[in-house]
Amino acid sequence: MGVTESYSRGRELVEGNPLALVFGLLIVLLLFDLVGKLASGAVQVSSVAVLVKDGLARGLVIGLAGIGLSMTYSILNFANFAHGDYITAGAFSGWATTYLIAGGFGSSANVGSLLLVGAGGSVFGGALGISVTATPVAVVGGMVVAGGGAILLSLVIDRLVFEPIRDRDGITLLITSIGVAFALRYTIQFVFGPSKRGTTAAGGVPTLSVPVVDGTVRITAHDATLAVVAGGLMLGVHLLLQRTRLGKAMRAMADNEDLARVTGIPTERVVRFTWIIGGGLTGVAGYVFVLWKGTLGWFDGWILLLLIFAAVILGGIGSIYGAIVGGLVIGLTASLSVVWIPSSFSRASAFLMMILILVVKPTGLFSGRSTA
Amino acid sequence: MSDDPTAETAAGEPTSTSTVDSAEHDENGPDANNDTTVSVEREPDLRDDDAPDPEEVPLRVDGLRKEFGGITAVADASFQVEAGTLTGLIGPNGAGKSTTFNCITGVHEATAGTVTFRGEDITGLASHTVANRGLVRTFQIAREFGEMTVLENLMLAPGGQRGESLWRSVLPFVRDDVVGQESELRERCWETLEFFEIDHLAHEFAGNLSGGQRKLLELARALLTEPDVLLLDEPFAGVNPSLEERLLDHIHELRADGYTFLIVEHDMDLIMDNCEHVVVMHQGSVLTEGPPETVRKDEDVIEAYLGGDV
Amino acid sequence: MSTADSPLAALWERDAVKIGVLLAGIYLAYVLVGVVLDYGVRGQLNSIATLTFYVALFALLSLALNLHWGYTGMFNIGVVGFMAVGIYVMAVVSKAPATEAAAGSVGGLGLPLWVGVLAGTVAAGLLGLLVALPALRLRADYLAIVTVAMSEMVRFTFLSGTFQRFEVGGLVIGFGGGSGLLLDFGSPVEQLFDALFLGGVYDGLVGLTGTVIENNPQPVTNGLLYGALLLGAVGLYYVVLGRLGNSPFGRVLKAIREDEDAANALGKDTKAFKTKAFVLGCALMGLGGILWYMTSGAITPNTYRPRLTFFIWIALIIGGAGSNTGSVMGGALFAALLFQGPRFLQSVVNNLVDVEAPSTFGQALAPIAGAGDLAPLGFYVIDSVRQLQLIVMGLVLIFLMHRRPEGLLGHRKEPAASVELERRPDRETPYADGGETDE
Repeated sequence: MGVTESYSRGRELVEGNPLALVFGLLIVLLLFDLVGKLASGAVQVSSVAVLVKDGLARGLVIGLAGIGLSMTYSILNFANFAHGDYITAGAFSGWATTYLIAGGFGSSANVGSLLLVGAGGSVFGGALGISVTATPVAVVGGMVVAGGGAILLSLVIDRLVFEPIRDRDGITLLITSIGVAFALRYTIQFVFGPSKRGTTAAGGVPTLSVPVVDGTVRITAHDATLAVVAGGLMLGVHLLLQRTRLGKAMRAMADNEDLARVTGIPTERVVRFTWIIGGGLTGVAGYVFVLWKGTLGWFDGWILLLLIFAAVILGGIGSIYGAIVGGLVIGLTASLSVVWIPSSFSRASAFLMMILILVVKPTGLFSGRSTA
Repeated sequence: MSDDPTAETAAGEPTSTSTVDSAEHDENGPDANNDTTVSVEREPDLRDDDAPDPEEVPLRVDGLRKEFGGITAVADASFQVEAGTLTGLIGPNGAGKSTTFNCITGVHEATAGTVTFRGEDITGLASHTVANRGLVRTFQIAREFGEMTVLENLMLAPGGQRGESLWRSVLPFVRDDVVGQESELRERCWETLEFFEIDHLAHEFAGNLSGGQRKLLELARALLTEPDVLLLDEPFAGVNPSLEERLLDHIHELRADGYTFLIVEHDMDLIMDNCEHVVVMHQGSVLTEGPPETVRKDEDVIEAYLGGDV
Repeated sequence: MSTADSPLAALWERDAVKIGVLLAGIYLAYVLVGVVLDYGVRGQLNSIATLTFYVALFALLSLALNLHWGYTGMFNIGVVGFMAVGIYVMAVVSKAPATEAAAGSVGGLGLPLWVGVLAGTVAAGLLGLLVALPALRLRADYLAIVTVAMSEMVRFTFLSGTFQRFEVGGLVIGFGGGSGLLLDFGSPVEQLFDALFLGGVYDGLVGLTGTVIENNPQPVTNGLLYGALLLGAVGLYYVVLGRLGNSPFGRVLKAIREDEDAANALGKDTKAFKTKAFVLGCALMGLGGILWYMTSGAITPNTYRPRLTFFIWIALIIGGAGSNTGSVMGGALFAALLFQGPRFLQSVVNNLVDVEAPSTFGQALAPIAGAGDLAPLGFYVIDSVRQLQLIVMGLVLIFLMHRRPEGLLGHRKEPAASVELERRPDRETPYADGGETDE
């Protein structure tokens, strides 16, 4: 009976959704092709390993930032297009702090330049010798401020902009968030200047060379920091959701949309905590992203935004674990796609993945399951 | 047998293949006042080898089944609707009436079974295709287009509007043809407004109408599509008695003009007093069907409404 | 329209008058500012031409977007992608051919300008069709995300090295990658006049301008004439889309926006209607992109970022989604006050004052603390007009959504019909006006 049942279930799935089947076959084909390429030596195992490492790193950032977006999307019922700029804002506030601390609060460089994160080439992160091992206090301090700054920003913006129109439909809020995005992004550009700056001491970061089959993969301390911080925060969110009452309330809010609608607008307390948790994660994600890639620019968060949307949609809106898994999938897709297509299209491949999910299963991978 | 004067059937012809009233049916019509109870045979067998004439039975549902995941909302429902009749579809809450409507009109895709309209299989066709063939439904909660005026709502309804083609509405000379058709349409819409006595609301935005007025609009709009069969989903819900009477008058007038109605309603008296034929659904399948008087006395029906399992 | 109102009020009721008055006001303001600040004739004429350019383009593109969003309720934020396809395809078709001999350069097919324009418009429409197939069934916010992702994918394609150059039948064509494409097909205005055998008129007009500006009047003439051409295009868009809206087709679109399932239940094939409206709107956006960038010397992919789409959205919202007249007015206001206006002011101030702006915000602020000197900050602000105007745009959008989401004219709900629904000709009506007007 079990076999027949799963057979008929499988048949139903295929017949009901031919696109899903095609999609699945495509993935399998690509994997076979990859194995073939690896076996024949056309592609080196170590190159693939590097791609995987990169993809995971980006995926962790996208996933971490995506948690906040997913939460606001499902609890407040709108797509926050300003989310990318929250990332940038968090990053800038965090890095200003790091520069300040690393610059000895004005002893080795002008305070103003430090606070503006070296705008106009006034001070260089490399010159300050910033790295997680050389200036741990500065980095940790920056991370904390990044998270805190993003939290503060989210709450203030919510209070001023979103709360007065809380009861309006999702599209109105979406358009409003575009306005917020504009105002925030270009304020950052106005204050911090348009140039991209290098933030870390490129040479001085401890690196581990891991031998892999036919080459080496270099893992830096910043890679490790990203992994540890992102992983730790995700674990923290998991514990929060599972072990605390607030977490239960949020899960209920996000899972049972009908109930949420019936009870009307979510309680302000839940909303506040949504922004706090989401904002904190987002700010830290921005900070470690910059730490990992070593550069900072006013554009950084906006570039991530669409990828984060892709991740959240892929994973299923409202699902925290969906955001994490979605982030990793999107990061890996963008990274590994260069095996088959030119690198200028790597982001396009991630978008394509999102479009495919929307066509095949719009509710995402983790929809219908509880966020637990 | 019902002594309801409106329960006239196509004179001289057997009205339904249901065996419910076959024992009692008088060739001359149903006016005979018999109070012998009919022995009701429980399984109305509609799966005749010779399918009924599409002219007489425009709508037929055979073995309709609809499952949502684990829930079976409609389980092998089969019934017929005869031309020029008012047929009622009743049943306790959750019996599957609205789902049946949705399956017939293409809103849901049936898991199994067929729907035959005017001799053609329409199972699984899209809503707009079904509507264009002459099978139109109204909604339980009236879905008027609130940002459009009442008149605009009506102007939308008729099919075959040449102006609905993109290029025809734009190009200079061809547009004159569209304008001409629109003028005719406007006249028809005003006539309909007068028929329903809501012409004074013509330029009011549909969103500003009262509940009862919306019901009238819903019905008026459905009529303008020139349907053969109208499926009315609880048209009288939340309607005050005087308006109800008005609506019923309109519906009877229309029936006399040849329209066929299938009405889902909760108000038992209303159905019993107005319909020639009643189909009772319970837990997704057809429990019984027949003339109102027969159905009213059916023990199973009574039990179903009182909550017992049949 | 009661006769009790003053004749002025009755005149104002007419849409054409509304638009005319607004435009007149804008132009007057510009000219006055120029005169007061001694801008010079050349500068004045150029600024009028530039103003007209942007007013017309934002009006055009708002009208096209209004078809998508205001009428049909399709939330398309991929506008810039369709614009880019329009101009890039047109460029590839109409650029002068280049053979392998000219190293490193990319040419085109060398076909006449009008063929290029047509090809670009059609290509944009086709992309719209491609997007419509999977995406139109999605709900509004998902459609938004998909369309903006699509517009970025278009940009990646034009930016990529893969499509930068390739050979077709002995010609080297391509999208130019990061370097973009040089638009070397000559002045469209001149070619248009020549094509209409009005070459003499063109020369006359240049001469006329020459009487006011001695030195090199031709570019100024070109600018003014092109502005006039664009205004004509706006008129065309307005008429076409107005007709479309005031017809059974428009009626169905409005119904779809409100309740697609109910429209389906009445027998309307909503998918077909939505697809047609979407494809038409995208083609019009492609044409808008062509008209915008046709007179640039060159095009590069990074111009076509979502930011431009959001500009058009802001223009549409200012004017009021759903109203074609509103779209034109919103486009005009946006161009005059939010887009071109600040830049105009910047150039005027630069003309007056020698602006030496500090390079960073910190350097602008420092003198305040030290010597209370606000001048560096002022110069920094003037220099950063481009950023500031974007901040203002964001704030305007937030304000509109809070206080007046329907914009200028979005509250107007005009019945969509090709005939006047007011009167019934052969009945006794309470309306005193005799004689009905159809259309």
